[in-house]
Amino acid sequence: MVQGRKRPAIAGWKNGQIKGLCGDRAESCDIVPIRCDNLHSTFCLEGLYDPIDMNQRGSGKVVCMVVPSLAPCMDSKDWGAEMAQNKAKMISLEEGGFAIFLVVLAFVCLIVAGKTFDQVMAFHAGIGTLFAAVGVFFIFKNYFDDGGEPIPAEIDGKPNYNMGPVKFGTIAAVFWGLAGFTVGLVIALQLAWPALNFDLPWTNFGRLRPLHTSAVIFAFGGNVLLATSMYVVQRTSRARMPGRILPWFVILGYNAFIVIAGTGYLLGVTQSKEYAEPEWYADLWLTIVWVFYLFLFLGTLWKRKEPHIYVANWFYLAFIVTIAMLHITNNLTIPVSIYSTKSYIVWSGVQDAMVQWWYGHNAVGFFLTAGFLAIMYYFIPKQADRPVYSYRLSIVHFWALIFLYIWAGPHHLHYTALPQWASTLGATFSIILWMPSWGGMINGLMTLSGAWDKLRTDPVLRMMVVSVAFYGMSTFEGPLMSLRSVNSLSHYTDWTIGHVHSGALGWVGYISFGAIYCLVPWLWNKKQLYSLKLVNWHFWLSTLGIVLYITAMWVSGIMQGLMWRAYDSLGFLEYSFVETVEAMHPFYIIRALGGALFVIGAVIMAYNLWMTVRHGEAEEADAAPAGSLAPAE
Amino acid sequence: MNETYTAFAGFAQTWGLLYFMILFGIVLAYALWPKNRKKFDDAAQIPFRED
Repeated sequence: MVQGRKRPAIAGWKNGQIKGLCGDRAESCDIVPIRCDNLHSTFCLEGLYDPIDMNQRGSGKVVCMVVPSLAPCMDSKDWGAEMAQNKAKMISLEEGGFAIFLVVLAFVCLIVAGKTFDQVMAFHAGIGTLFAAVGVFFIFKNYFDDGGEPIPAEIDGKPNYNMGPVKFGTIAAVFWGLAGFTVGLVIALQLAWPALNFDLPWTNFGRLRPLHTSAVIFAFGGNVLLATSMYVVQRTSRARMPGRILPWFVILGYNAFIVIAGTGYLLGVTQSKEYAEPEWYADLWLTIVWVFYLFLFLGTLWKRKEPHIYVANWFYLAFIVTIAMLHITNNLTIPVSIYSTKSYIVWSGVQDAMVQWWYGHNAVGFFLTAGFLAIMYYFIPKQADRPVYSYRLSIVHFWALIFLYIWAGPHHLHYTALPQWASTLGATFSIILWMPSWGGMINGLMTLSGAWDKLRTDPVLRMMVVSVAFYGMSTFEGPLMSLRSVNSLSHYTDWTIGHVHSGALGWVGYISFGAIYCLVPWLWNKKQLYSLKLVNWHFWLSTLGIVLYITAMWVSGIMQGLMWRAYDSLGFLEYSFVETVEAMHPFYIIRALGGALFVIGAVIMAYNLWMTVRHGEAEEADAAPAGSLAPAE
Repeated sequence: MNETYTAFAGFAQTWGLLYFMILFGIVLAYALWPKNRKKFDDAAQIPFRED
């Protein structure tokens, strides 16, 4: 027995809640080192505290943990000197590299902030300085806290998964989701009652609209994708993500990009390209973060213990690689000056339009489809507790989808300066896309085959299955709208908005909610969600919301298109533009009502998740992820 | 200019088609090859094999 060993003895235990226990809480701290070598020590703790929640008295069981070798292997008097020696040699290349990079970045931002004539640039460069400096602070704080000891990739033969960044991404997704949905509701109300823009530049529809789209797609959807991809790739590879700074750099760097982009829109900085509004410096930062994300993902696959790479990882990888390619190509701009927020794209006119919609449609194809299909291929089998309907179909689905989607972009540019053959090509590939899309949908739905009764009892699974049904619906509607004859009616009308939202609210939203509802209890070691009843409320309120939304937009869009093309007997246009606007007013109110229901559903979800984390019943300790205390075997 | 277009279009309409058909054939053969069945059935279980 080592009685009352003080704080430093276990300070190296970074992930465990036991940190500081001896010094802070217990009168008699029975930490027994039972095995010591140069790398690790195993301690056993005689049930003083509950291994999950250290504030509670434990069950009296003996729990053990392994930590990097530290003081208990040594005499306490030698400890300080030994630690100091370790410190001097232990800063890793990764920590040092990121620290130097962030220091340089902080100084560059500081110089730009000081010299710029552009107020928004000064603001953004200031944020950049602050974030980079905070990043450096945390790198060193982390280093001094854990003494630079390597974090074991495995504990007792089990992978020591790194779930901290996944938790952060999940929380960020819920936060940005609430923000993005609310802004969407605000602009829906503005369309019905324009006075609600308050005549202020910052709350103008033109600025809030990209804030809404980016917040829901990149902030909400992006954090869901980052969090789930980090979770899924670790679990299906049975390996810890590489690096200790890298995963945090990726998730925090991505959210820093969101902050820069979002505040930029409000302050009027935009490239005016749909879904690619952030200006050059934000794009550059995202490129850096994204390349590190690719390294992180590939690095985890590289370390995998599972010989086969599970299909969800293929979809995630296609998403990461393609988004990198699209983002870089569509943002090849030259800034007016490094002190200016303004930049110009290297090509112009129809080439720019073509690149923009090649990007834009593949943002749908690879961000909003491939990435979320990866979620479908992992979370639906997990929640239904059955393997995917056909693994072989999933392989055909994957390769067909990625080879076809990349060509569909030109269908956004029918009847423009783009040559007709190019937009026909885009439409042709869109039609061919019916096949892989529906193949994937069938694969997702049929996973439930023989277990359909679970839909009755499990609202989380129901949410994900309805999501796949919406996927099928919107991927049927999309190719239809890409046909030139249909497009001549639908384009520039609300039909497009309705179509996008059946995909975004129904498919992307629901599969994300489903994944979050699964992830939160898994990550925080809870037996189940706080309340399935509230999930049910979320499901039905938002389903009603989506239905109101898309039906209102279908009616309004088709009406708008028909009114635009109506001629009288003398060949004059029958309606003025403002008459079409007036006719759409009731549908705009219905749409806003649908959006409000969706927002209420999301608020209910946030409450449910909060209560799950705070008050949910803890999972049995043996199911605790490696990194917290595990029971003795 | 127009000849370049015709040449490109001709190339795309023949070899492009062939390229996609061959790729699709390879994917189908890989996915459906009887020898791979066991491997893929096994792979479908990966999500349930975690620690």
